[in-house]
Amino acid sequence: MDTQDALRISDLSVSYNATPILRQVSLAVAQGECFGLVGESGCGKSTAAFAAMRALPRAGRITGGSVSMDGVDVLGLSQQALRGLWARRVSMVYQDPSRALNPTITVGAQLMEAFSVLGMRDARTRAELMLAKVQIPSPSRVMGVYPHQLSGGTQQRVVIAMALAKNPVLLVLDEPTTGLDATVEAEILDLVEALRREQGTAVLLISHNLPMVARMCDRIGVLYAGRLVEQGPAAQVLHSPRHPYTARLLSCLPGGGRRKAQGALQTIAGQLPPSGAPMKACVFAPRCDRAESLCHNEAPPARLAGKHMAACHFDPPFPASPDALPEAASSVAPTRVPVLEAVHLSKTYGAVTAVNEVSLRLAAGETLGLVGESGSGKTTLARLLLGLAAPDEGGAILLDGKAVGPTLKARSRAERKAIQIIFQNPDSALNRAHKISHILGRPLRRLAGFSGKALQGALAELARGVRLGDTHLAMRPRALSGGLKQRVAIARAFAGRPRVVICDEPTSALDVSVQAAILNLLVGLQRREQVAYIFISHDLAVVRYLADRIAVMYLGNLLEIGPAEDVLNGPHHPYTAALVSASSAATRIRLKGEIPGPGERIAGCIFQKNCPRKIGSVCETVPPPFDPYALHPIRCHIPREELRSDTNDRH
Amino acid sequence: MIGRGILAAVFRRGALSLLTLVLLSMVIFAGGQLLPGDVGRSILGPLADARAVAALNHQLGTDAPPVLMYLRWVGGLLHGYMGMSYAYRSPVAPFIGHALTKSLALAAVTLVIVIPLSIGAGIMAALYRGRWQDRAVTLGGLSLTVVPEFVSGILLILVFGVWLRLLPISANTRPGTGLPEQLRHLILPSLPLVLILFGYIARIARAGMVEALDADYTRTATLKGLRRRAVLFRHVLRNALLPTITVIAAQTSYLLGGLVVVETLFRYQGIGSLILTAARGKDYPMMEAGILTVGAAYILSAIAADMVIAALDPRAKAAQR
Amino acid sequence: MKPLERLARPGFLLGFSIVLFWVICALFGGFLEPQNPYADDLMNALAPPSAAHWFGTDQIGRDIFSRIIAGAAPILSVAPAATFLATLCGTALGLVTGYAGGWIDALLSRLIEVILALPLIVVALLVLVALGPSSLNVTLVIALVFTPIIARTVRSATITECKLDYVPAAQLRDEGALHIMFVEILPNILPPIMVEVTVRLGYAIFTVASLSFLGFGIQPPSPDWGLTIAENYGLIVGGYGWTVGFAALATASLVVGVNLVAEGLAEAFG
Repeated sequence: MDTQDALRISDLSVSYNATPILRQVSLAVAQGECFGLVGESGCGKSTAAFAAMRALPRAGRITGGSVSMDGVDVLGLSQQALRGLWARRVSMVYQDPSRALNPTITVGAQLMEAFSVLGMRDARTRAELMLAKVQIPSPSRVMGVYPHQLSGGTQQRVVIAMALAKNPVLLVLDEPTTGLDATVEAEILDLVEALRREQGTAVLLISHNLPMVARMCDRIGVLYAGRLVEQGPAAQVLHSPRHPYTARLLSCLPGGGRRKAQGALQTIAGQLPPSGAPMKACVFAPRCDRAESLCHNEAPPARLAGKHMAACHFDPPFPASPDALPEAASSVAPTRVPVLEAVHLSKTYGAVTAVNEVSLRLAAGETLGLVGESGSGKTTLARLLLGLAAPDEGGAILLDGKAVGPTLKARSRAERKAIQIIFQNPDSALNRAHKISHILGRPLRRLAGFSGKALQGALAELARGVRLGDTHLAMRPRALSGGLKQRVAIARAFAGRPRVVICDEPTSALDVSVQAAILNLLVGLQRREQVAYIFISHDLAVVRYLADRIAVMYLGNLLEIGPAEDVLNGPHHPYTAALVSASSAATRIRLKGEIPGPGERIAGCIFQKNCPRKIGSVCETVPPPFDPYALHPIRCHIPREELRSDTNDRH
Repeated sequence: MIGRGILAAVFRRGALSLLTLVLLSMVIFAGGQLLPGDVGRSILGPLADARAVAALNHQLGTDAPPVLMYLRWVGGLLHGYMGMSYAYRSPVAPFIGHALTKSLALAAVTLVIVIPLSIGAGIMAALYRGRWQDRAVTLGGLSLTVVPEFVSGILLILVFGVWLRLLPISANTRPGTGLPEQLRHLILPSLPLVLILFGYIARIARAGMVEALDADYTRTATLKGLRRRAVLFRHVLRNALLPTITVIAAQTSYLLGGLVVVETLFRYQGIGSLILTAARGKDYPMMEAGILTVGAAYILSAIAADMVIAALDPRAKAAQR
Repeated sequence: MKPLERLARPGFLLGFSIVLFWVICALFGGFLEPQNPYADDLMNALAPPSAAHWFGTDQIGRDIFSRIIAGAAPILSVAPAATFLATLCGTALGLVTGYAGGWIDALLSRLIEVILALPLIVVALLVLVALGPSSLNVTLVIALVFTPIIARTVRSATITECKLDYVPAAQLRDEGALHIMFVEILPNILPPIMVEVTVRLGYAIFTVASLSFLGFGIQPPSPDWGLTIAENYGLIVGGYGWTVGFAALATASLVVGVNLVAEGLAEAFG
């Protein structure tokens, strides 16, 4: 008799308030296996996880199908037996560990609960051991602290400790690293992987991050609009997808070392169908290039090729759509005077140094990628450049070689026009009380000086430039999707014909397919208007695609700045090496120690507390030399030849 | 860690409250002494002889410059001397002390009834969210909040006192009555106050409960396999009730204001009716002392609430205000 | 329109009908009263409710039913006026302190805290003793104390809005502070303001009635309900409950009605 699957879901259908969210989803996770469930927002992947655990919120209802865990029929259990299942066999870790832990109970007490519910007497000892197992330093001290006193990464480790305390058969991870820094994310995932192998736990990993899932999982399932459209071994799904959606999704990703000069990203036309729409035919047909009348009339069967399933009438290859022709990017025309220059910019808030003596130059029409984790100061730097915050004494900002006022008040209208920003979250960036025509009309009026008939014309042209229609102009932001809202935000930024646009994680809140379209739009606008971008992002693949040069920041300091390929491939700063390794399958470079607190004074090299390649006392006493105007300066004592990385970034 | 953190926070809070109290005393003084303009004239009336007015002003000390009058007043307060009543020609302080005791008794009865009642109702409304129990508590409670105390008082007197004869109408008892009987006489007067406080406290208790029930940490606790009771009592309640404490302290203001009306309606000689009598008789020192006492009581309750929260919420302990 | 549908729930409709009824009494009382509310008839004093006098008569024989209808006008002129005044001042104050921040905010917040440390009734007594009770003074005092309460709500809503990115986006567009406060921020905070104003109206009615009861509000010989109760509540023990009961019910119904409307608005737009 074969051992039972850790999890087997058959024909599961789930509704929220009578709206179907999941339709007849079937998948299986074998004992000890790692299964990744991917999809974009709204596809129902979290719902699948909660349904499998029978932990749906009040409005959720399982309308069909079955779930079995380690041979046990989950849906047929009594309340008491279900509690037993939760206590012994299955655990769940979800997003945002700061909310998953009770703020008024100590970490130790919460962890001990996981043991005492199993009836174990030595809960305290076991809890301490578990904390050590998840690599939390000084476990006995941490037992007595409250969750808010720990960093996000440490909190997530505590949650993992609680989850694995019972040595479960199945561990469900729902976007466990969203909101965590890249290096922290990598460590958490490594930890899960190590513990899983040690304890033989099966894992169901849910994420929208396809590359991350591909690295960790044995098998992958792809969800679209509540249906499982493809399922199979990770390598096969990734390199030879058998469903058009998966294929297009993969080609939307700016990974694999792609640069914008090589061509535009592929996008997926159309939008997700509204949830609850009746599905007689193929879910993906309206957006599929390969679709024929068959697809619109008949639901595709799940077709197997070995262990690789795809719900499509047809076989690969799937032809690329006509409008995905690579566009040749024009080279950046060199100018003598940089359009924007920061000279010794610093910003301190009391004892905290948010930005420390940053100097950089931005040439007209170029894209400077700005990377760094939380606390790096990249957002503060952006605010300084925009004039939303005043830099400390001694710092200066030059526009076309002329100094501008430190704050908006001190700048002329022309100077304000010249530097604009696209924010990360379009819901916050657009005034929800205004119509789109007002949101775009206002900057046209104020900054570009249009009025009357000319204003109408300019408005129409601006909307066209970002592929917005007249109908959109009459709407309010809440009626638009995330991607459309971001287009409005982009149009608004360009209304005054700026010279520099700061893009602050403009695609982080968007789905992959939408992201591709926005990135293409940004590239196109840049070539037309010859604007320079400062592109802030934590996603190195996107930065590699878009940026001409890259700057790396850490705790307010500029560690490295240079041509994009050089910075990413090496020789580069040890911190950059760690960042690059966090998102690649190669050997992980781990940072040592804890991140220094915001008010801590650090002599010598700012990175010495975390540096895996610290050479000795020189790092502690002497600040490394750094010439911000060199071609590719690196703030490190280690000689450049020794800073080559062994592995190149290759997805 | 208790110790320096808490001490520093208490000190800071105390200093801020002291500042508020000082500003409050200035506002009260300005309202009482400066607003009427000529105190003597306002007591004797528009037809009185100018010399008589001047003599009265001199006798009362109200012809001195305002700043001096204020400082004299504050100086006296610091010595426990609250001024001389115009009406009774005797020190104000004993009246205030006696009235305060009676009002505290009434307030205590009110709080003892309303706090468990409203928190219980709020928790029940949250547990039965969306059903009729919830709507009844939420809508019903909030409607009652706005009914003036004298209105609900009259209706309660008519129903429970006159018609059903269940509770005594008068709040006062003959001297020598035992404590239980005294307290029984305070029930009917406390009910209007209970009604105005109930709605808001129940709503906040409900909101806090709902937020805690929907929180991620509650789900974590449930998915650990804990019994519902353990989840509720160990994880949910503490987080749910923290916001309620602040609200109860804030409601003290309505309680104190309500005392004026309720004590008048039930002819109970508490601080509220003392202030009203002083106001009617233009007995400014009595009125000012009474109002200052009320303000101080409110500020004290706010401090008490902050300290309770600091003791119960670990995030407040660590946070620097 | 979704919000309007959400509004049409039984609670809101009930409250709205009650308030509408009293507003009609306030506006057209003269046509609705069966008898003259001021006409005394000592022969028929303290008559219990009957066919001739539906609500009975008071101490000097005035028809209580007519006085109840006539009593809607005084309270429904003072309370809304005070609330309206407080809304104008409070909204402006809240917007400015919320947006400007800095020392203006700190100073005004401290002042607001001081005023709010005292119950409204007590502050009203303090001021009215000095200035003398009259409908105008009552209106001004209530407006004075409600302004910081409304300002506090508006301020906190403004501060929340200022955290959103469209505010710095407007600053980058060279918009002035007035434009940002009134054109950008204000439309977004209207729903909570609306709810707060309706709630304040309920409390204004509450306060005016209480002050009239205490003798510091609307003055005799007005048929105001609070005044009626003040004049007659000593008679309860004698068994003449109708002299105050109907006035109490009228007041209760009006405030509950206003509150139901406020709750309905909060549910629809909150």
